[in-house]
Amino acid sequence: MIDVANAITLLANYIIVPSLAYGSQLALGALGITLVYAVLRFSNFAHGEMMSFGTMIAILMVWLFQSIGISIAPLPTALIALPFSIITTIFLLLILDKFVFRYYQSQRVQPVTFMIVSVGVMFFLAGFIRFIIGTSKKNFADGERFIIKASEFKQMTGLAEGLSIRTTQAITVIATLILVTAIFWFLNKTRMGKSMRAFSDNEDLALLSGIKPERVIIVTWMLVGALAAVAGTLYGLDKGYKPFVYLQLVLPIFAAAIVGGVGNPIGAVIGGYVIAFSEAFITFAYKRFLTYLLPDEWAPDGLVQLLSTEYKFAVSFVLLVIVLLVRPTGLFRGKTL
Amino acid sequence: MKLSITNSSKQTIFLFLCMGAALLFVGFFQSWNLMLAILNLCLISAIMALGVNLQWGYAGLFNAGIMGFAALGGLAAMLVSKSPIAGAWQAGGMGVLLGLVVLIITGILVYLIWTRYAHKGRVRFWYVVIIAVAGYVFSRYFLDPAILRIEAFEPSSSGYLGGAGLPVLFSWIIGGILAASVAFFIGKITLGLRSDYLAIATLGISEIVIFIFKNEDWLTRGVKNVTGIPRPVPYEIDLQSTLWFQDTTQLIGLDLIQTSSIFVKLCYTGLFLSVLLALLWLCQRALNSPWGRMMRAIRDNETAASAMGKNVTSSHLQIFVIGSAIVGIAGAMLVTLDGQFNPSVYHPLRFTFLIWVMVIVGGSGNNFGAILGGFIVWFFWIEAETIGNMLVYILTLPLAEGSAIKNHFINTAPQLRLLIMGLVLLLFLRFSPRGLIPERTPHK
Repeated sequence: MIDVANAITLLANYIIVPSLAYGSQLALGALGITLVYAVLRFSNFAHGEMMSFGTMIAILMVWLFQSIGISIAPLPTALIALPFSIITTIFLLLILDKFVFRYYQSQRVQPVTFMIVSVGVMFFLAGFIRFIIGTSKKNFADGERFIIKASEFKQMTGLAEGLSIRTTQAITVIATLILVTAIFWFLNKTRMGKSMRAFSDNEDLALLSGIKPERVIIVTWMLVGALAAVAGTLYGLDKGYKPFVYLQLVLPIFAAAIVGGVGNPIGAVIGGYVIAFSEAFITFAYKRFLTYLLPDEWAPDGLVQLLSTEYKFAVSFVLLVIVLLVRPTGLFRGKTL
Repeated sequence: MKLSITNSSKQTIFLFLCMGAALLFVGFFQSWNLMLAILNLCLISAIMALGVNLQWGYAGLFNAGIMGFAALGGLAAMLVSKSPIAGAWQAGGMGVLLGLVVLIITGILVYLIWTRYAHKGRVRFWYVVIIAVAGYVFSRYFLDPAILRIEAFEPSSSGYLGGAGLPVLFSWIIGGILAASVAFFIGKITLGLRSDYLAIATLGISEIVIFIFKNEDWLTRGVKNVTGIPRPVPYEIDLQSTLWFQDTTQLIGLDLIQTSSIFVKLCYTGLFLSVLLALLWLCQRALNSPWGRMMRAIRDNETAASAMGKNVTSSHLQIFVIGSAIVGIAGAMLVTLDGQFNPSVYHPLRFTFLIWVMVIVGGSGNNFGAILGGFIVWFFWIEAETIGNMLVYILTLPLAEGSAIKNHFINTAPQLRLLIMGLVLLLFLRFSPRGLIPERTPHK
């Protein structure tokens, strides 16, 4: 019985808790990408850099607060920096919309042209962010590090395996819950949200019934900005901020959006968790887990690991390929908002 | 090609002359060595841009994984030219081969079941999953111990299988074939679906290729680099001790060491230029053939072209594979020029998105445009660093000497060129979407 409890704790500690946090970050990112896709109808390659921009603002604000002595210990200072980061990111996206994307919207160019435009934006933002904050890794998580430490958990339960939950992980999951609920409430209950869904379903019909496209697009960018800022900051808080990582993060985020069904917000959220959990399950070394469950003479020699951890990103790609082959519309039929 | 000088070809000639003048300027005022170094990379960039222009300019396909195809070409250069390491082969060559054979058989089985049992519905999916996982685990049974033994064999100097020991020029073709086969796999899956999927899948595969190269030490030595890839041209040291070379430099009155270095670079220039011209000739022929017209027809109106009986998906697959092969060739040439294979140098901003700037700036749909774009953008990519440094110097003048902020911005100034390139791309897309040398359309 103890062995089973140990095995479950092991899984919880190495797979479930970290994947819930990582999955939440991916879900928020994928939700942003899917909103852009549903309303503006293109795949936004610049989304990773938009997240990175939000994180950068949060870090700068954290430094400012720390220098003037404001803190909300035991919670990380980044939480009070978050509103500033959200507002600045929204402001950036509205500027980008006005000076870059709006023109192509009015020309009704093909989606692929939009993609290239977003690549240009990505390039520009990448240079801007690295120019301001540099390329080195920055840790900006402060306050209490753990909610439950592994050693405390062991003392409490008397198990051989520990379970640790970091503050940042808990904050990530709670913030995601709040934000996702708010977004779904907005999309389903408010007049503006309904206009967005109508606009996504059938642009011409929406225009005909008096929905103003400018307002729909502006509100979309505002939602995307908030999502990107929160997702980026939470990711940076959890794993440390490195500017170039956000470029690589675009791949699992796209995979999450496509696996869930591009343009479908529920799909994007589920897709985020699907990607995070499959990455963890496939790259986990099951040796200790099996040692607990199997009789002693069956205990495995090797690590019993399907794929080494370096190939985390490959998992999301393989999932992406499988979904494209088997069910190109994604788990939840895509392209509806 | 007709030789009538029209307005647009006058412009083309003028722009190329400007580019030549800029290079000559570097030669006269900085150094000829630097100028040739820039020129050689310009030529390679131009070839990559030519490949991407095939995909984007002719067919409207968005390849976001140029980096991966270039890296595959680079791998080919390394694998073809390095001599095999007998000890490593003895230690684990057999195991690796067996493992790969198991993987290939698994792949074939999966493909056969997938295509033959379409009527079985959901059961087919689980058959395929079970076979794939079983085959993978079985191959690991051979691969894992073999890889451990290979990587343990003289890890400081080798620790990998080595290559085939063939002339490096041969690898340019192999690099193309390697890139083409990966492109075929990706294209087969994603072409025919929505256009974004190709972009995302290529973005994914290029990241994964780099991850594999960084981590599979038995194949590539990982981040430990493979140096000393044999050259197709003479070495400076050999030239300096050759009699006729000594005599000639003395006769003209040049510095021996510098001349030898310039001579080597000129040899590379000659090789690269001939590849570029050959590919350009082929691309021009393709563009003006019925095949090229079909491609542009598909690009301009897919529905109409498929109504005329053209197979859109297979045409896209053809041009995607060919374009990627050209990128692979350029990747192999790049590693040949560097003389080393280092997977850490591949960054998407430098290898994927910079090439896109080249194609857009030069003129998508026009081969001369793509080549010009390759030259100009690479030239400015090198020079933008100086421009960025100057900008930062001017902007930080009011700040106190040695202040933390000033030092920080001086350190991050090289990043400004990303910003400048992004701005260039956005400005061209907005105000000159057809590029410097626009596509020539006979009917307008």
